[in-house]
Amino acid sequence: MRVPDVLADAAVVAKRNIIKIKRVPDLLVFTTLSPIMFVLLFSYVFGGAIDREGGGAAYREFLIAGIFAQTVIFGATVTGAALAEDLKKGILDRFRSLPMAPSAVLTGRTFSDVVNNVIVLVVMGLTGLVVGWRIRSSWLDALAGVGLLLVFAYAISWIMAWIGMLVPSPEVVNNASFVVIFPLTFVANTFVPLDTLPGPLQTFAEWNPVSSVTQAARELFGNIPPGTPAPTAWPLQHPEVYTLLWSAVILLVFVPLANAQYRVSTSR
Amino acid sequence: MDHAIEARGLVKRYKGVTALDGVDLTVPAGTVLGLLGPNGAGKTTIVRVLSTLLRPDGGSARVTGVDVLTRPAAVRRRIGLSGQYAAVDEYLTGYENLDMIGRLYHLGARRSRARARELLAAFRLEDAADRPTRTYSGGMRRRLDLAGALVADPPVIFLDEPTTGLDPRGRTEMWDVIQTLVAGGTTLLLTTQYLEEADVLADEIVVIDQGRIIAQGTADSLKRQVGGERLELTVADAAVLAGVTEVLTPLGVGRPAVDDGRRSFVMPVSGGPEVLAEALRLLGERQVRLEDVGLRRPTLDDVFLALTGRATERDGRPDDGGAR
Repeated sequence: MRVPDVLADAAVVAKRNIIKIKRVPDLLVFTTLSPIMFVLLFSYVFGGAIDREGGGAAYREFLIAGIFAQTVIFGATVTGAALAEDLKKGILDRFRSLPMAPSAVLTGRTFSDVVNNVIVLVVMGLTGLVVGWRIRSSWLDALAGVGLLLVFAYAISWIMAWIGMLVPSPEVVNNASFVVIFPLTFVANTFVPLDTLPGPLQTFAEWNPVSSVTQAARELFGNIPPGTPAPTAWPLQHPEVYTLLWSAVILLVFVPLANAQYRVSTSR
Repeated sequence: MDHAIEARGLVKRYKGVTALDGVDLTVPAGTVLGLLGPNGAGKTTIVRVLSTLLRPDGGSARVTGVDVLTRPAAVRRRIGLSGQYAAVDEYLTGYENLDMIGRLYHLGARRSRARARELLAAFRLEDAADRPTRTYSGGMRRRLDLAGALVADPPVIFLDEPTTGLDPRGRTEMWDVIQTLVAGGTTLLLTTQYLEEADVLADEIVVIDQGRIIAQGTADSLKRQVGGERLELTVADAAVLAGVTEVLTPLGVGRPAVDDGRRSFVMPVSGGPEVLAEALRLLGERQVRLEDVGLRRPTLDDVFLALTGRATERDGRPDDGGAR
């Protein structure tokens, strides 16, 4: 099958998933309300405690890139849960009986996550602007930061696609991914500066790709105040490169793995 | 010309359970084959193998002359599948479902849209076209699912238990739709648990049990083996049963079974409504008071009883649907 056909089929599948965002209340809340809630909660609940003199303004500036990173990574769980759901119902049999590219089911699913994440980032960005966050670099840099977040989240979607094909129900996907994603997004520089963490956790956090993608976004948004000491760990000194490396490795491993698991799980 | 569907020696095993044990099938183009059997007989497994969803452990199959195992993608362009569970997206509208399927058959945007509208009209779903399918009734959802199988107008269609779970009205509607379809010359393989359904829709019936074919033929030839319909009646007073038996026995094609306790009389007949009318006339002349009377078509249980000497085993074996 030719590449344009594969992409056309994936676009059709993605369109189906995007229509569902409008019609499934859970997805709509997940996509629009919870990002707003996250920005507000973290800004005002933690902001005051962490940044007493500034009244939280400096923390909010610091926070936004971190909350962006965490939210788009959580967005990937939609892929896993939705695929597990499709597997339970007959729709995958329908797809498999059609002369479409078999890989388009997973590719389309992960494409729709990107669209979902774009919506999420727009909503969060607007909320951020309301609470005082500003882009202090150029628009081009900021777009590069958004792009990097999307690329990394896209790679995570493929891990979730694999999990979605592996486990028996959407609920299990959600639980399994929370157990992994929560520590990954918290033991990082998403919500607190790394020098506040105890030794071993700090080392883990420095090499955690969630930290590098957050660091990269922060730099590209111009949200690192002048005078902040430069990071000492290599991944945080080269956050763009390190993030892209991780994304590439994840894709190289999990795209074939997820597609293989798709074949196994559907041909029973 | 080639047969539309040909299968030789299909074998499929699931963890020690033999789902298919050497199945041969031949369906000439433009005809309807009814696969009849109880749950777990292997009907769904056959459909899944022929529609490229499942690789068999042995045997070979061709659909419109194309090998299912070596050229599955080419087979998929020539078939439509409508499964046991309506495989439509419940959050998409009927129109969006069909449009999506058209695009995945690579019909192009314009033809996909036109075909979706056309099929919605043909299946009397126009009014519901722009509602999400989760608001549809079971019968509407099945019709939409069947419409999905027809989007690319494929020469061969597989229908896996198209009416299971539908109420009588939904079933009759579905039959009408399928008969129209067949009149257009499509080759159809349909599975069912209902002898009556196979009788109404199929040219040829294959009876399958425990992964093996146990009988094959037209509905009429099967019925001859099974003994046609049963005339059943219940009288108000058991004392008249002896007289009833004397009067009615000449109308039957087999020995009547009389039950004094239930005040019932059951007899195989072959004449259908005429026999029933004649029986009622004779009983009316003698002023026999009836509580209930009717003709019952032989069921799958009667077929199994006649063919295997045992009733269908509905429990204790893996369900066909559970194998997915």
